[in-house]
Amino acid sequence: MQCDQCGERPAAVHLTQIVNDSVTTVHLCEKCAAEKGVQTGATVAKFPLSDFLASMGKGASTQLPMGDDAAECQSCGGTLQDFRDSGRLGCPECYRAFASHLRDLLRRLHGSSQHVGELYTGSHRAVDEVAPTVADLRDQLRRAVETENFELAADLRDRIRVIE
Amino acid sequence: MTFDINLVPDGGMSWLDASGPDGNIVLSTRVRLARNLDDQPFTVRSGSEDNQVVLDQVERASRASRQLHDAPLIRIDHLQANERQLLHERHLISRELAELGDDGKVRTAAALLTDGSVGMMVNEEDHVRLQCLKSGFSLEEAYSDLERLDADMGAQLAFAFHEEFGYLTSCPTNAGTGLRASVLIHLPGLVLTKEIAKVLQGLSQVGLTFRGLYGEGSEVVGNFFQLSNQTTLGKSEGELLEHLGDMVRKVIEYEQQARHVLQRDAPTVIADKVWRAYGLLKYARSLSFEETMNLLSGVRLGVGLNLISDISVYTLNKLLIFAQPAHLAMSEGRELGDSELAVVRAAYTRQLLEEEATR
Repeated sequence: MQCDQCGERPAAVHLTQIVNDSVTTVHLCEKCAAEKGVQTGATVAKFPLSDFLASMGKGASTQLPMGDDAAECQSCGGTLQDFRDSGRLGCPECYRAFASHLRDLLRRLHGSSQHVGELYTGSHRAVDEVAPTVADLRDQLRRAVETENFELAADLRDRIRVIE
Repeated sequence: MTFDINLVPDGGMSWLDASGPDGNIVLSTRVRLARNLDDQPFTVRSGSEDNQVVLDQVERASRASRQLHDAPLIRIDHLQANERQLLHERHLISRELAELGDDGKVRTAAALLTDGSVGMMVNEEDHVRLQCLKSGFSLEEAYSDLERLDADMGAQLAFAFHEEFGYLTSCPTNAGTGLRASVLIHLPGLVLTKEIAKVLQGLSQVGLTFRGLYGEGSEVVGNFFQLSNQTTLGKSEGELLEHLGDMVRKVIEYEQQARHVLQRDAPTVIADKVWRAYGLLKYARSLSFEETMNLLSGVRLGVGLNLISDISVYTLNKLLIFAQPAHLAMSEGRELGDSELAVVRAAYTRQLLEEEATR
Protein backbone atom coordinates (compact mmCIF):
# COMPACT_ATOMS: atom_id res chain seq x y z
CA MET A 1 0.00 0.00 0.00
CA GLN A 2 1.34 3.42 -0.97
CA CYS A 3 1.24 6.54 1.19
CA ASP A 4 -1.95 8.60 0.66
CA GLN A 5 0.04 11.80 1.02
CA CYS A 6 3.09 11.45 -1.21
CA GLY A 7 2.08 8.34 -3.18
CA GLU A 8 5.76 7.36 -3.33
CA ARG A 9 6.75 5.49 -0.21
CA PRO A 10 4.94 2.48 1.31
CA ALA A 11 2.38 3.33 3.99
CA ALA A 12 3.57 2.44 7.50
CA VAL A 13 1.12 4.36 9.67
CA HIS A 14 -2.61 3.73 9.41
CA LEU A 15 -4.45 6.52 11.06
CA THR A 16 -8.09 5.95 11.93
CA GLN A 17 -9.98 9.04 12.93
CA ILE A 18 -13.49 9.77 14.00
CA VAL A 19 -14.66 12.94 12.31
CA ASN A 20 -18.29 13.95 12.67
CA ASP A 21 -19.23 10.48 13.89
CA SER A 22 -17.79 8.65 10.90
CA VAL A 23 -14.59 6.65 10.71
CA THR A 24 -11.96 7.64 8.17
CA THR A 25 -8.66 5.87 7.69
CA VAL A 26 -5.58 7.54 6.26
CA HIS A 27 -2.49 5.54 5.26
CA LEU A 28 0.77 7.39 5.55
CA CYS A 29 4.46 6.63 5.16
CA GLU A 30 6.63 7.30 8.19
CA LYS A 31 8.01 10.53 6.73
CA CYS A 32 4.61 12.05 5.94
CA ALA A 33 3.23 10.85 9.28
CA ALA A 34 6.06 12.57 11.10
CA GLU A 35 5.49 15.73 9.08
CA LYS A 36 1.84 15.69 10.07
CA GLY A 37 2.87 15.29 13.69
CA VAL A 38 1.16 11.92 14.04
CA GLN A 39 2.19 9.95 17.10
CA THR A 40 1.29 6.29 17.03
CA GLY A 41 -0.74 4.72 19.81
CA ALA A 42 2.15 2.49 20.77
CA THR A 43 4.60 5.31 21.37
CA VAL A 44 2.14 7.25 23.47
CA ALA A 45 0.61 4.38 25.44
CA LYS A 46 3.95 2.83 26.37
CA PHE A 47 5.44 6.11 27.50
CA PRO A 48 5.85 5.48 31.21
CA LEU A 49 4.78 8.43 33.21
CA SER A 50 7.07 7.86 36.13
CA ASP A 51 10.05 8.26 33.81
CA PHE A 52 8.55 11.47 32.58
CA LEU A 53 8.03 12.78 36.09
CA ALA A 54 11.48 11.62 37.07
CA SER A 55 12.96 13.35 34.07
CA MET A 56 10.97 16.48 34.91
CA GLY A 57 12.39 16.45 38.40
CA LYS A 58 15.82 15.50 37.20
CA GLY A 59 15.81 17.73 34.18
CA ALA A 60 14.90 20.64 36.34
CA SER A 61 17.38 19.79 39.03
CA THR A 62 20.20 19.37 36.52
CA GLN A 63 19.54 22.95 35.54
CA LEU A 64 20.47 24.06 39.03
CA PRO A 65 23.63 26.15 39.14
CA MET A 66 26.63 23.88 39.51
CA GLY A 67 28.37 25.96 42.16
CA ASP A 68 25.68 25.20 44.73
CA ASP A 69 26.03 21.43 44.68
CA ALA A 70 27.82 21.35 47.99
CA ALA A 71 25.32 23.56 49.82
CA GLU A 72 24.10 21.49 52.71
CA CYS A 73 20.84 21.32 54.60
CA GLN A 74 21.71 22.04 58.23
CA SER A 75 19.13 19.59 59.46
CA CYS A 76 19.77 16.38 57.50
CA GLY A 77 23.07 17.10 55.76
CA GLY A 78 21.52 16.50 52.33
CA THR A 79 22.98 18.49 49.41
CA LEU A 80 21.62 19.69 46.09
CA GLN A 81 23.81 17.05 44.48
CA ASP A 82 21.98 14.38 46.51
CA PHE A 83 18.69 15.80 45.31
CA ARG A 84 19.94 15.84 41.73
CA ASP A 85 20.93 12.16 42.04
CA SER A 86 17.82 10.81 43.75
CA GLY A 87 15.12 13.32 42.83
CA ARG A 88 14.13 13.29 46.51
CA LEU A 89 14.81 15.78 49.28
CA GLY A 90 16.28 14.68 52.59
CA CYS A 91 13.93 16.30 55.10
CA PRO A 92 11.30 19.05 55.43
CA GLU A 93 14.03 21.59 56.32
CA CYS A 94 15.59 21.08 52.86
CA TYR A 95 12.72 23.18 51.50
CA ARG A 96 14.04 26.08 53.57
CA ALA A 97 17.73 25.40 52.91
CA PHE A 98 17.23 25.29 49.13
CA ALA A 99 14.21 27.59 49.00
CA SER A 100 15.23 29.67 46.01
CA HIS A 101 16.18 26.65 43.89
CA LEU A 102 13.05 24.80 44.86
CA ARG A 103 10.87 27.80 44.16
CA ASP A 104 12.10 27.80 40.56
CA LEU A 105 11.71 24.06 40.28
CA LEU A 106 8.20 24.06 41.76
CA ARG A 107 7.17 26.80 39.33
CA ARG A 108 8.40 24.70 36.43
CA LEU A 109 6.72 21.54 37.74
CA HIS A 110 3.41 22.99 38.87
CA GLY A 111 3.20 26.39 37.22
CA SER A 112 3.25 28.01 40.66
CA SER A 113 5.09 27.78 43.95
CA GLN A 114 2.30 29.26 46.06
CA HIS A 115 0.13 26.77 47.95
CA VAL A 116 -3.53 27.74 47.85
CA GLY A 117 -5.04 24.52 49.20
CA GLU A 118 -5.97 23.46 52.71
CA LEU A 119 -3.95 25.12 55.43
CA TYR A 120 -2.44 22.94 58.07
CA THR A 121 -4.34 23.69 61.23
CA GLY A 122 -2.98 21.02 63.52
CA SER A 123 -2.24 21.87 67.10
CA HIS A 124 1.45 21.70 66.27
CA ARG A 125 3.47 24.53 64.85
CA ALA A 126 4.21 24.47 61.14
CA VAL A 127 7.82 24.49 59.94
CA ASP A 128 7.74 28.09 58.86
CA GLU A 129 6.35 29.32 62.14
CA VAL A 130 9.45 28.22 64.00
CA ALA A 131 11.13 31.51 63.19
CA PRO A 132 14.91 31.44 63.33
CA THR A 133 16.55 34.25 65.25
CA VAL A 134 18.66 36.91 63.54
CA ALA A 135 21.70 35.28 65.15
CA ASP A 136 20.76 31.93 63.50
CA LEU A 137 20.37 33.64 60.16
CA ARG A 138 23.70 35.48 60.50
CA ASP A 139 25.34 32.18 61.29
CA GLN A 140 23.77 30.61 58.19
CA LEU A 141 24.79 33.65 56.13
CA ARG A 142 28.41 33.32 57.24
CA ARG A 143 28.43 29.64 56.24
CA ALA A 144 26.76 30.42 52.93
CA VAL A 145 29.44 33.00 52.10
CA GLU A 146 32.20 30.60 53.16
CA THR A 147 30.84 27.91 50.86
CA GLU A 148 30.35 30.50 48.09
CA ASN A 149 26.63 29.78 48.02
CA PHE A 150 25.80 33.32 47.01
CA GLU A 151 22.21 32.76 46.06
CA LEU A 152 21.42 31.39 49.51
CA ALA A 153 23.47 34.21 51.02
CA ALA A 154 21.40 36.82 49.18
CA ASP A 155 18.22 35.12 50.39
CA LEU A 156 19.44 35.13 53.98
CA ARG A 157 20.58 38.75 53.75
CA ASP A 158 17.08 39.75 52.59
CA ARG A 159 15.46 37.83 55.41
CA ILE A 160 17.73 39.45 58.01
CA ARG A 161 16.84 42.88 56.59
CA VAL A 162 13.12 42.11 56.86
CA ILE A 163 13.45 41.07 60.49
CA GLU A 164 15.61 44.04 61.41
CA MET B 1 1.47 -17.82 54.91
CA THR B 2 1.94 -16.07 58.19
CA PHE B 3 -0.49 -13.33 57.45
CA ASP B 4 -4.24 -13.38 57.19
CA ILE B 5 -5.68 -11.07 54.55
CA ASN B 6 -9.07 -11.53 56.23
CA LEU B 7 -7.86 -9.19 58.95
CA VAL B 8 -8.57 -6.38 56.51
CA PRO B 9 -12.29 -5.54 56.52
CA ASP B 10 -13.84 -6.82 53.23
CA GLY B 11 -10.34 -7.95 52.33
CA GLY B 12 -9.93 -4.34 51.20
CA MET B 13 -12.02 -5.10 48.15
CA SER B 14 -15.27 -3.18 48.53
CA TRP B 15 -14.10 -1.04 45.59
CA LEU B 16 -14.49 -4.09 43.36
CA ASP B 17 -18.24 -4.42 43.69
CA ALA B 18 -19.02 -2.30 40.61
CA SER B 19 -21.71 -0.46 42.57
CA GLY B 20 -20.23 3.01 42.05
CA PRO B 21 -21.22 5.59 39.43
CA ASP B 22 -20.25 4.62 35.84
CA GLY B 23 -19.08 1.27 37.25
CA ASN B 24 -19.12 -0.27 33.82
CA ILE B 25 -16.42 2.07 32.44
CA VAL B 26 -14.76 3.34 35.62
CA LEU B 27 -13.50 0.53 37.83
CA SER B 28 -12.40 2.59 40.81
CA THR B 29 -11.39 5.99 42.15
CA ARG B 30 -8.41 6.55 44.39
CA VAL B 31 -7.38 9.73 46.18
CA ARG B 32 -4.28 10.04 48.29
CA LEU B 33 -2.68 12.76 50.39
CA ALA B 34 1.07 12.78 51.07
CA ARG B 35 2.07 13.95 54.55
CA ASN B 36 5.31 14.06 56.52
CA LEU B 37 6.25 14.64 60.13
CA ASP B 38 8.14 17.91 60.46
CA ASP B 39 10.87 16.70 62.80
CA GLN B 40 11.89 13.55 60.94
CA PRO B 41 14.06 13.04 57.87
CA PHE B 42 12.23 11.80 54.76
CA THR B 43 12.45 8.05 54.21
CA VAL B 44 15.20 8.47 51.58
CA ARG B 45 17.56 9.62 54.39
CA SER B 46 16.02 7.92 57.41
CA GLY B 47 17.38 5.02 59.42
CA SER B 48 15.51 2.15 61.05
CA GLU B 49 15.08 4.04 64.30
CA ASP B 50 13.64 7.10 62.54
CA ASN B 51 11.16 4.87 60.73
CA GLN B 52 10.10 3.27 63.98
CA VAL B 53 9.52 6.71 65.53
CA VAL B 54 7.35 7.65 62.54
CA LEU B 55 5.33 4.44 62.77
CA ASP B 56 4.82 4.79 66.54
CA GLN B 57 3.60 8.37 66.18
CA VAL B 58 1.34 7.59 63.26
CA GLU B 59 -0.14 4.54 64.93
CA ARG B 60 -0.84 6.46 68.12
CA ALA B 61 -2.52 9.24 66.15
CA SER B 62 -4.60 6.77 64.16
CA ARG B 63 -6.05 5.32 67.37
CA ALA B 64 -7.54 8.74 68.11
CA SER B 65 -9.00 9.10 64.61
CA ARG B 66 -12.64 8.48 63.78
CA GLN B 67 -11.99 6.13 60.89
CA LEU B 68 -8.96 4.11 61.90
CA HIS B 69 -9.24 3.79 65.67
CA ASP B 70 -9.40 0.03 65.54
CA ALA B 71 -8.06 -0.66 62.05
CA PRO B 72 -5.58 -3.53 61.85
CA LEU B 73 -1.95 -2.52 61.45
CA ILE B 74 -0.05 -4.71 59.02
CA ARG B 75 3.73 -4.57 59.29
CA ILE B 76 4.84 -4.85 55.68
CA ASP B 77 8.43 -5.43 56.77
CA HIS B 78 7.35 -8.60 58.59
CA LEU B 79 5.76 -10.14 55.50
CA GLN B 80 7.09 -12.56 52.90
CA ALA B 81 7.51 -11.31 49.33
CA ASN B 82 4.39 -13.22 48.14
CA GLU B 83 2.29 -11.70 50.92
CA ARG B 84 3.47 -8.21 50.03
CA GLN B 85 2.64 -8.94 46.43
CA LEU B 86 -0.84 -10.02 47.43
CA LEU B 87 -1.49 -6.65 49.08
CA HIS B 88 -0.06 -4.90 46.04
CA GLU B 89 -2.25 -6.93 43.67
CA ARG B 90 -5.21 -5.90 45.79
CA HIS B 91 -4.20 -2.25 45.24
CA LEU B 92 -3.80 -1.74 49.00
CA ILE B 93 -0.10 -0.90 48.92
CA SER B 94 2.15 0.65 46.29
CA ARG B 95 4.98 -1.06 44.55
CA GLU B 96 7.38 1.15 46.48
CA LEU B 97 6.03 0.03 49.86
CA ALA B 98 5.94 -3.63 48.78
CA GLU B 99 9.54 -3.32 47.48
CA LEU B 100 8.86 -5.96 44.87
CA GLY B 101 11.47 -6.59 42.24
CA ASP B 102 14.30 -5.13 44.32
CA ASP B 103 16.50 -7.32 46.48
CA GLY B 104 13.40 -7.99 48.57
CA LYS B 105 14.57 -5.85 51.46
CA VAL B 106 11.69 -3.84 52.80
CA ARG B 107 12.04 -0.55 54.63
CA THR B 108 11.94 -1.05 58.40
CA ALA B 109 8.58 -0.20 59.95
CA ALA B 110 6.85 -0.03 56.56
CA ALA B 111 3.20 -0.54 57.42
CA LEU B 112 -0.39 -0.43 56.25
CA LEU B 113 -3.33 0.68 58.36
CA THR B 114 -6.69 0.22 56.71
CA ASP B 115 -10.36 -0.20 57.44
CA GLY B 116 -10.97 -1.43 53.89
CA SER B 117 -11.67 1.74 51.93
CA VAL B 118 -9.76 4.38 53.92
CA GLY B 119 -6.23 3.72 55.04
CA MET B 120 -2.64 4.83 55.37
CA MET B 121 0.68 3.60 54.08
CA VAL B 122 3.43 4.39 56.58
CA ASN B 123 7.08 4.92 55.64
CA GLU B 124 6.43 4.93 51.94
CA GLU B 125 8.17 7.63 49.86
CA ASP B 126 6.53 10.00 52.35
CA HIS B 127 6.01 9.24 56.04
CA VAL B 128 2.28 8.89 55.59
CA ARG B 129 0.19 8.39 52.49
CA LEU B 130 -3.48 8.71 53.42
CA GLN B 131 -5.56 6.91 50.83
CA CYS B 132 -9.13 6.19 49.93
CA LEU B 133 -10.33 3.74 47.33
CA LYS B 134 -13.94 3.74 46.08
CA SER B 135 -15.93 1.75 43.59
CA GLY B 136 -16.70 3.52 40.30
CA PHE B 137 -16.30 7.22 39.53
CA SER B 138 -16.50 8.79 43.02
CA LEU B 139 -13.94 11.56 43.39
CA GLU B 140 -15.92 13.69 45.82
CA GLU B 141 -16.89 10.83 48.12
CA ALA B 142 -13.33 9.55 48.21
CA TYR B 143 -11.92 12.97 49.04
CA SER B 144 -14.48 13.77 51.69
CA ASP B 145 -13.62 10.53 53.55
CA LEU B 146 -9.95 11.40 53.25
CA GLU B 147 -10.43 14.97 54.42
CA ARG B 148 -11.83 13.70 57.71
CA LEU B 149 -8.92 11.37 58.23
CA ASP B 150 -6.47 14.15 57.35
CA ALA B 151 -8.09 16.47 59.88
CA ASP B 152 -7.94 13.82 62.61
CA MET B 153 -4.33 12.93 61.89
CA GLY B 154 -3.32 16.59 61.57
CA ALA B 155 -4.78 17.30 64.99
CA GLN B 156 -2.47 14.68 66.50
CA LEU B 157 0.67 14.96 64.40
CA ALA B 158 3.04 17.80 63.54
CA PHE B 159 2.92 17.74 59.74
CA ALA B 160 5.64 19.43 57.74
CA PHE B 161 3.99 22.51 56.29
CA HIS B 162 5.41 25.64 54.69
CA GLU B 163 3.53 28.88 54.22
CA GLU B 164 4.47 29.20 50.57
CA PHE B 165 5.06 25.59 49.45
CA GLY B 166 2.23 23.97 51.44
CA TYR B 167 2.60 20.38 52.63
CA LEU B 168 6.22 19.34 52.18
CA THR B 169 6.94 16.04 50.47
CA SER B 170 10.00 14.00 49.72
CA CYS B 171 9.60 14.60 45.99
CA PRO B 172 8.73 18.17 44.93
CA THR B 173 6.27 16.77 42.38
CA ASN B 174 3.89 16.09 45.31
CA ALA B 175 4.38 19.29 47.32
CA GLY B 176 1.53 21.71 48.08
CA THR B 177 -1.68 19.77 48.51
CA GLY B 178 0.06 16.38 48.39
CA LEU B 179 -3.06 15.28 46.56
CA ARG B 180 -3.08 12.74 43.79
CA ALA B 181 -6.48 11.63 42.57
CA SER B 182 -6.76 8.88 40.01
CA VAL B 183 -9.53 7.16 38.20
CA LEU B 184 -9.06 3.63 36.86
CA ILE B 185 -10.93 3.61 33.59
CA HIS B 186 -11.51 1.00 30.88
CA LEU B 187 -11.19 2.42 27.36
CA PRO B 188 -11.42 -0.39 24.79
CA GLY B 189 -13.52 1.73 22.42
CA LEU B 190 -10.91 4.44 22.18
CA VAL B 191 -8.13 1.86 21.79
CA LEU B 192 -10.00 -0.01 19.01
CA THR B 193 -10.82 3.19 17.12
CA LYS B 194 -7.19 4.27 17.65
CA GLU B 195 -8.36 7.52 19.21
CA ILE B 196 -6.61 6.77 22.47
CA ALA B 197 -3.27 8.41 21.62
CA LYS B 198 -5.03 11.66 20.84
CA VAL B 199 -7.05 11.55 24.06
CA LEU B 200 -3.99 10.83 26.19
CA GLN B 201 -2.05 13.57 24.46
CA GLY B 202 -4.91 15.96 25.06
CA LEU B 203 -4.95 15.07 28.75
CA SER B 204 -1.25 15.79 29.11
CA GLN B 205 -1.86 19.23 27.67
CA VAL B 206 -4.36 20.04 30.42
CA GLY B 207 -2.14 18.98 33.30
CA LEU B 208 -3.37 15.41 33.62
CA THR B 209 -1.49 12.21 33.14
CA PHE B 210 -2.00 8.46 32.83
CA ARG B 211 -0.48 5.30 34.23
CA GLY B 212 -1.11 1.57 33.96
CA LEU B 213 -3.23 -0.74 36.08
CA TYR B 214 -0.89 -0.66 39.07
CA GLY B 215 -0.09 3.03 39.17
CA GLU B 216 3.30 4.64 38.93
CA GLY B 217 5.74 2.92 36.60
CA SER B 218 3.29 0.24 35.47
CA GLU B 219 2.37 -0.64 31.92
CA VAL B 220 -1.05 -0.41 30.41
CA VAL B 221 -2.73 -3.85 30.33
CA GLY B 222 -6.26 -4.84 29.38
CA ASN B 223 -7.06 -1.30 28.15
CA PHE B 224 -7.11 -0.02 31.72
CA PHE B 225 -5.76 3.47 32.27
CA GLN B 226 -5.30 5.39 35.49
CA LEU B 227 -5.97 9.04 34.81
CA SER B 228 -4.70 11.47 37.43
CA ASN B 229 -3.69 15.03 38.16
CA GLN B 230 -0.06 15.80 37.45
CA THR B 231 0.35 19.00 39.45
CA THR B 232 -0.33 19.33 43.16
CA LEU B 233 0.61 22.94 43.90
CA GLY B 234 -0.94 26.30 43.01
CA LYS B 235 -4.49 24.93 42.91
CA SER B 236 -6.80 24.01 45.76
CA GLU B 237 -7.85 20.44 46.41
CA GLY B 238 -11.33 21.28 45.13
CA GLU B 239 -9.99 22.76 41.89
CA LEU B 240 -7.71 19.78 41.27
CA LEU B 241 -10.57 17.32 41.81
CA GLU B 242 -13.02 19.32 39.74
CA HIS B 243 -10.60 19.59 36.84
CA LEU B 244 -9.86 15.86 36.87
CA GLY B 245 -13.57 15.09 37.24
CA ASP B 246 -14.51 17.28 34.26
CA MET B 247 -11.87 15.68 32.08
CA VAL B 248 -12.79 12.13 33.13
CA ARG B 249 -16.43 12.86 32.27
CA LYS B 250 -15.26 13.98 28.82
CA VAL B 251 -13.18 10.83 28.40
CA ILE B 252 -16.21 8.71 29.38
CA GLU B 253 -18.23 10.55 26.73
CA TYR B 254 -15.54 9.95 24.08
CA GLU B 255 -15.42 6.29 25.05
CA GLN B 256 -19.19 5.97 24.73
CA GLN B 257 -19.07 7.75 21.39
CA ALA B 258 -16.31 5.42 20.17
CA ARG B 259 -18.34 2.38 21.27
CA HIS B 260 -21.36 3.74 19.47
CA VAL B 261 -19.36 4.21 16.26
CA LEU B 262 -17.86 0.73 16.51
CA GLN B 263 -21.26 -0.84 16.96
CA ARG B 264 -22.79 1.14 14.13
CA ASP B 265 -19.95 0.75 11.60
CA ALA B 266 -18.49 -2.62 12.51
CA PRO B 267 -21.07 -4.59 14.54
CA THR B 268 -19.95 -8.01 13.29
CA VAL B 269 -16.27 -7.35 13.95
CA ILE B 270 -17.02 -6.18 17.49
CA ALA B 271 -19.41 -9.02 18.27
CA ASP B 272 -16.83 -11.50 16.99
CA LYS B 273 -14.07 -9.95 19.14
CA VAL B 274 -16.25 -10.00 22.22
CA TRP B 275 -17.50 -13.59 21.82
CA ARG B 276 -14.06 -14.90 20.93
CA ALA B 277 -12.71 -13.35 24.12
CA TYR B 278 -15.54 -14.92 26.12
CA GLY B 279 -15.00 -18.28 24.46
CA LEU B 280 -11.29 -18.29 25.18
CA LEU B 281 -11.77 -17.33 28.81
CA LYS B 282 -14.42 -20.04 29.19
CA TYR B 283 -12.54 -22.89 27.56
CA ALA B 284 -8.80 -22.17 27.51
CA ARG B 285 -6.58 -24.57 29.47
CA SER B 286 -3.66 -22.17 29.91
CA LEU B 287 -3.82 -18.39 30.23
CA SER B 288 -1.02 -15.89 30.76
CA PHE B 289 -1.82 -12.86 32.90
CA GLU B 290 -1.57 -10.43 30.00
CA GLU B 291 -3.80 -12.57 27.78
CA THR B 292 -6.35 -12.87 30.58
CA MET B 293 -6.41 -9.10 31.03
CA ASN B 294 -6.93 -8.56 27.31
CA LEU B 295 -9.69 -11.17 27.12
CA LEU B 296 -11.37 -9.70 30.20
CA SER B 297 -11.28 -6.35 28.44
CA GLY B 298 -13.11 -7.84 25.46
CA VAL B 299 -15.76 -9.46 27.67
CA ARG B 300 -16.17 -6.28 29.71
CA LEU B 301 -16.78 -4.41 26.47
CA GLY B 302 -19.35 -7.07 25.53
CA VAL B 303 -21.17 -6.58 28.83
CA GLY B 304 -21.06 -2.80 28.34
CA LEU B 305 -22.56 -3.14 24.85
CA ASN B 306 -25.26 -5.53 26.16
CA LEU B 307 -23.96 -8.30 23.92
CA ILE B 308 -23.23 -10.53 26.93
CA SER B 309 -25.83 -10.60 29.66
CA ASP B 310 -25.08 -13.71 31.70
CA ILE B 311 -22.03 -12.29 33.45
CA SER B 312 -21.75 -9.38 35.87
CA VAL B 313 -19.17 -6.61 35.98
CA TYR B 314 -18.49 -7.70 39.56
CA THR B 315 -17.35 -11.13 38.37
CA LEU B 316 -15.06 -9.51 35.82
CA ASN B 317 -13.60 -7.27 38.53
CA LYS B 318 -13.09 -10.29 40.74
CA LEU B 319 -11.21 -12.07 37.96
CA LEU B 320 -9.03 -9.01 37.50
CA ILE B 321 -7.80 -9.43 41.08
CA PHE B 322 -7.95 -13.18 41.69
CA ALA B 323 -6.28 -14.19 38.42
CA GLN B 324 -3.07 -12.46 39.54
CA PRO B 325 -0.07 -14.60 40.54
CA ALA B 326 -0.02 -14.06 44.33
CA HIS B 327 -3.78 -14.57 44.54
CA LEU B 328 -3.62 -17.84 42.59
CA ALA B 329 -0.72 -19.00 44.75
CA MET B 330 -2.75 -18.19 47.86
CA SER B 331 -5.78 -20.14 46.66
CA GLU B 332 -3.54 -23.13 45.81
CA GLY B 333 -1.69 -22.77 49.09
CA ARG B 334 1.74 -23.04 47.47
CA GLU B 335 4.16 -21.28 45.14
CA LEU B 336 3.55 -21.75 41.44
CA GLY B 337 5.91 -21.64 38.45
CA ASP B 338 4.94 -19.65 35.34
CA SER B 339 3.55 -22.53 33.29
CA GLU B 340 1.71 -23.93 36.30
CA LEU B 341 0.32 -20.48 37.03
CA ALA B 342 -1.14 -20.25 33.53
CA VAL B 343 -2.90 -23.61 33.97
CA VAL B 344 -4.23 -22.74 37.43
CA ARG B 345 -5.38 -19.35 36.14
CA ALA B 346 -7.31 -20.93 33.28
CA ALA B 347 -8.94 -23.44 35.65
CA TYR B 348 -9.90 -20.70 38.12
CA THR B 349 -11.34 -18.53 35.35
CA ARG B 350 -13.38 -21.42 33.93
CA GLN B 351 -14.74 -22.29 37.32
CA LEU B 352 -15.76 -18.73 38.15
CA LEU B 353 -17.49 -18.25 34.79
CA GLU B 354 -19.31 -21.59 35.10
CA GLU B 355 -20.53 -20.71 38.57
CA GLU B 356 -21.79 -17.39 37.29
CA ALA B 357 -23.58 -18.96 34.29
CA THR B 358 -25.44 -21.50 36.46
CA ARG B 359 -26.51 -18.91 39.00
